[in-house]
Amino acid sequence: MNLLGTWIAAGLTIAILSFLYRDNPFYKFAEHLFVGVSAGYWVIYIWAFDVQPMLVDEFLRQVGIEKWLLVIPAVFGLMMMARWFPAAAWVSRWPISFTVGIAAGLALTAQVQGYIIPQIQATLLPVVSIGATTAETVGQSINNIVILVGVICALLYFYFSREHKGALKVGSKIGIVFLMIGFGASFGYTVMARISLLIGRLTFLLQVFGLR
Amino acid sequence: MKRDIPLIITFLTGFLCVIAFFIPHPPFGDLQQRFLVWYAIVAGFTMILGLDSLVKYNVKKITQHKPGWQYSYVLLFGLALVLVTGFQSWFKYNTPFELRSSFMYSYIHIIVPLQATMFALLAFFISSSAYRAFRARTFEATLLLIAAAIVMLGRVPIGEMISDKIPLRSDWLLNVPQLAAKRGIQVGVYLGGVVMSLRIILGIERTYLT
Repeated sequence: MNLLGTWIAAGLTIAILSFLYRDNPFYKFAEHLFVGVSAGYWVIYIWAFDVQPMLVDEFLRQVGIEKWLLVIPAVFGLMMMARWFPAAAWVSRWPISFTVGIAAGLALTAQVQGYIIPQIQATLLPVVSIGATTAETVGQSINNIVILVGVICALLYFYFSREHKGALKVGSKIGIVFLMIGFGASFGYTVMARISLLIGRLTFLLQVFGLR
Repeated sequence: MKRDIPLIITFLTGFLCVIAFFIPHPPFGDLQQRFLVWYAIVAGFTMILGLDSLVKYNVKKITQHKPGWQYSYVLLFGLALVLVTGFQSWFKYNTPFELRSSFMYSYIHIIVPLQATMFALLAFFISSSAYRAFRARTFEATLLLIAAAIVMLGRVPIGEMISDKIPLRSDWLLNVPQLAAKRGIQVGVYLGGVVMSLRIILGIERTYLT
């Protein structure tokens, strides 16, 4: 069975890579298969890790008010299905509002506490950082200044409430320098990650065909 | 009923989440956690809608013989295969994620190679787009080109063979200027997220109801 699985994997890998030549039926076959199996996989995954343990198992396990409180998300979940009936489709707005409200409420507090404040804290670094050696002191201090200036200038670049002239123009110009270096570095990193994946697939094919 | 009640639900759930954050004691103490569980359950049900939409679209494509309708059979076959093996494995092993199960067999031998190769394929498209983006026509494009070239060279052995400083410069670029740029963007995005959340809770932003 494992041998068959390996050959299926090799065949599908080649089918996807065949797109490099041109769009063809083998690629389309693999592409549609990918969409189908992925959708099926996520249905099973969400049912197994969300709905089953959080709703079904919990409903059977809990007693009293805790048990019946679970009816609320279950009813909201079923109300989503109202979209199947055009006349009652508006009912699905209730669970949508519920999820949007939760997401907004959590985002409001969690984003401030979990992202904005830690990011600002990590930026407010000492501009003179004493290290073990002079080189370390200079290096660390330069890095801290670069981070501080970079974050402020990158934010200035996205500040559109005032016309970019004078000091704001200088700040935003420095900001675009940081943004371009940042995009370039991210781009290079992403390319290498994809190349690494490609090497992995080619190594797999070489192993399947006994060439490695 | 159709518009006001959804707005009230959004306001109440959002407001209670904020209250629970500032008053972490009964009856609000575990409210955020409880809402997160409820959120996951409701989101789980939406998978049924997604599945229904996918099946309907492809069945329609087959019945109306739209271009590429034959491939819809492949999609539906793949979907049915994974669902059948998933539930079969669930009944047999009490979990679909048992390594010996047919569900995991299809995951390892179909989904993993397809997904990895799809992402690997992007390497070629990124390279071709890089060719267009990296033409150093302006000062900014030159910066982009140099930063990307140093990072790419710093990630492979040939970079170290050219100069042992290249990997160090690559790490510096990633850890200092890139970090600063990314942080500037992220702070802006999160501040925008906070403003948007406030607008949603207060009922100013209502596009999700359309």
